[in-house]
Amino acid sequence: MDEARKLVSERGDYKYGFVSDIQSDTLAPGLDESVVRFISAKKAEPEWLLQWRLKAFRAWEKMEEPDWPHVSYPPLDYQSISYWSAPKRDEDKPQSLDEVDPEILATFEKLGIPMQERAALAGVAVDVVLDSVSVRTTFKDKLKEAGVIFMSFGEAVHEHPELIQKYLGSVVPAGDNYFAALNSAVFSDGSFVFVPKGVTCPMELSTYFRINEANTGQFERTLIVCEEGATVSYLEGCTAPIRKESQLHAAVVELVALDDAYIKYSTVQNWYPGDKQGNGGIYNFVTKRGKCAGSRSRISWTQVETGSAVTWKYPSCLLIGDDSVGEFYSVALTNNYQQADTGTKMIHIGKNTTSTIISKGISAGHGQQSYRGLVKVNGGAKGARNYTQCDSLLIGDQCGAHTFPYVEVRTGQATVEHEASTSRIGEDQLFYLRQRGLSEEDAVSMIVNGFCKEVFKELPMEFAVEARKLLEVSLEGAVG
Amino acid sequence: MLELIDLHARVGDTPILKGVDLVVPKGEVHAIMGPNASGKSTLSKVITGHSDYEITQGDIRFEGESILELSVEERAHRGIFMSFQHPVEIPGVATSVFLKASLNAVREANGLEPLDAAGFLRSAREKMKLVELDKSLLHRSLNEGFSGGEKKRNEVFQMAMLEPKFMLLDEPDSGLDVDALRVVAGGVNALRSPERAVLVITHYQRLLDYLVPDKTHVFVDGRIVKTGDAELAKAVEAKGYQWVRDEQAAAR
Repeated sequence: MDEARKLVSERGDYKYGFVSDIQSDTLAPGLDESVVRFISAKKAEPEWLLQWRLKAFRAWEKMEEPDWPHVSYPPLDYQSISYWSAPKRDEDKPQSLDEVDPEILATFEKLGIPMQERAALAGVAVDVVLDSVSVRTTFKDKLKEAGVIFMSFGEAVHEHPELIQKYLGSVVPAGDNYFAALNSAVFSDGSFVFVPKGVTCPMELSTYFRINEANTGQFERTLIVCEEGATVSYLEGCTAPIRKESQLHAAVVELVALDDAYIKYSTVQNWYPGDKQGNGGIYNFVTKRGKCAGSRSRISWTQVETGSAVTWKYPSCLLIGDDSVGEFYSVALTNNYQQADTGTKMIHIGKNTTSTIISKGISAGHGQQSYRGLVKVNGGAKGARNYTQCDSLLIGDQCGAHTFPYVEVRTGQATVEHEASTSRIGEDQLFYLRQRGLSEEDAVSMIVNGFCKEVFKELPMEFAVEARKLLEVSLEGAVG
Repeated sequence: MLELIDLHARVGDTPILKGVDLVVPKGEVHAIMGPNASGKSTLSKVITGHSDYEITQGDIRFEGESILELSVEERAHRGIFMSFQHPVEIPGVATSVFLKASLNAVREANGLEPLDAAGFLRSAREKMKLVELDKSLLHRSLNEGFSGGEKKRNEVFQMAMLEPKFMLLDEPDSGLDVDALRVVAGGVNALRSPERAVLVITHYQRLLDYLVPDKTHVFVDGRIVKTGDAELAKAVEAKGYQWVRDEQAAAR
C-alpha cells in the first residue's frame, strides 16, 4: 500500500485524478506506465512480474489495433477506460432479490438457474447469499486432499511464484497480439489451476467460479497446468445473463498439458449483448490457447457463445507433443445486431497429431457470424490428421454467416478434411412441426438443438441441459 | 365434423378455391379426386392454416366452431392431423424426440398429463408394427434418408400415435408401390371409428380400392363439381376428368 501512495505522490500533476482514499478507490480513466505500476503495486506483486507487465505495455504502445475481423464496432478509446476498480461496496449492491431488475430474474427462471445461485449471480451483497461460504469450504478441502491447486491468479503469484514464473506467457507471449499485450500489462485477476502428476481433479472446477461470475474483471488472466498424466475439466461462465461494469473484455487463457495429460475447458457465455438495436453490449475479445506440450496430451475447447455484442476469439491448440490431440467444439449464436468472428487454430507440430473442429453457427435477426479457422501442418508434422466441420444455420433473411477457412499443409503425410454447410430453417420444416402441435418457438428450438447436438454432447452434462435452455431463451422472438 | 362453407381462398393475388362446399361427418371417409392444378392441395393447406393462403370468403368449421382464427398448432391441438404429400426432413432431430414432443404438446393443450418415456416407447413399438416400420427408424433423424414409402408410412405411424379426430391425407399414395399402398391404407383403416373422420385427397383411384370411401367428390377449377359414392371414383378413373367437365358443361 505504501508503494502505491508513493506512486501517487510522485505523479504530482494528478492528471488522472486519483481519489485520495487508496484503500477503496477506482482509478480514473487513462492508461500509461504509471497505471501499470499502480496495478502491480496494488497487488503487491514481485518485481519480475512488474517488469513483465511493463514490457508488455511498451510493446502494446507500439502496436496497432487489428482491423481484419469481419466485425465492426465504434473505435475504442483506450484512454477513457478505467483500468482498476475496487469491488463494489456492499451498500451499493442490491440488498435482496427484490431490488434486482425483474427482467433479469425472469431470465434466471427461464434458464432454470438454481435458487441459491440467483442472488450471487445478480450481484446481491454477499452476506445475503446463503450457503456460499459452506459450498466453497467443502470444495477447497476436496481439492486440497487431491493435491490440486486452484486459486485466484493474484493469490497464486504470492503462494506459487515459481509456477507462475515458469508458465506465464509460455503459451500466449505478451507480444502475441494487441489485446494479449494489453491484457498482459493490465490484467486484474483470474484463475490459476495446477494439477500434479497423475492426479485426476476430483470435480469439475465450476461451482466456485459461477458464484464469482458477476464479479469477474475486464482483463482476466487464467493459467491452467496439468503435469504428466493429470486431468482436469474446467467450466467458465454460466448461462445467466451478466451485465458487466465495463464494455471491453480482453481475457487471456493459457493451458499447458504435459505427457498424457488432458485439459477440458468449457465455456458458456451469455454476457449482455446490447439492446435490440445493438447498443451498449459487451465486446468479448479473448485470446485462448492450449499447448499440448507432452506426448499423447489432449486439450479440448468447448464453447457456447450466445452473448456479447461482439465476440472475437479463436481458442487454439499447439500440438507439439507426438500423438497429441486438439479439439474445438463450438456453438455460436448471433441474434439482433450481435456479431461474432470466431473459430480456432490447430497447429500441428509433433508427429501423428490429431485435431477435430466442429463449429456450429446460428445467425438470426440481423446477426453476422463468421467462422475463421486455421489448420496448419508444419513440415515435420508427419502423420497429422484433421477433421473440420463447420455448419451455419440462418434464421430469417436479414442475417449473415461467413466462413474463412485457412489450411496450410507443408508435408505430404497429412490428412486434412473439411466439410461445410449452410442452411436456413425452412418454412416447410416449421409448418410441419406446427401441424404436429408444436408452437413456432418450440419448433425453432427443436431444429436448432438438433443442429447443435454434436457440440452439446461434448459439454459436461449439467452445462448441456442449461445450454439448450439458453439457446431457446436467446432465440425468443427470432422468428416472425 | 368438418364443414367447408362457400370457401374462397387465394395465394397472393391468385384465387384458387372458388366456392367450396363440403361436409365430412363423423365416422365417414371422404375422397377428393381432381386433375393437377385444380386446387386440391390448396384445400389441405387452407384447412391446416398455412399462412401463405388467404381466405377471402366463407368459413371452415370444425365440430361446429369456426377455426379461421386459429393458428396452425391450435388446429392441431383440436385434433386435425395432416399426412403430408412430401414429408420434410429434419436433420439432428430424432424421430422419437420429435414425436414425444408433439404428443405431449397436444396432450398439454388438452389438459392431459404428458406421456412418460416407457409408455411412449411401448405404444410406439406397437404402432410401428402396424405400418411395418422398422423400430430403428425411431432413433434416426426425422425422415432423413427415409425412402418414399418409409416417409408415407411414418406419417401414418404418427397418426396412429397422435390419434387425431380428423385425418387429412394429402396424396398419401403418390410415389408408392402397391405393397406400400396396402400398408398405408391398412394403417388408416385401423384408425377408422365412429368418432373420427377422414378426408383423403388422391390422384389415382387405386388407393380407394383399399381405403373405401363413403363419398367421393370430384374437384375441378377450385370447386367440388360432382359428388358420388365409391363407384364415382372408378368411373372417373375409367372415363377421365374431361368426362366430368363435359357433363358439367352439358348441364348448363
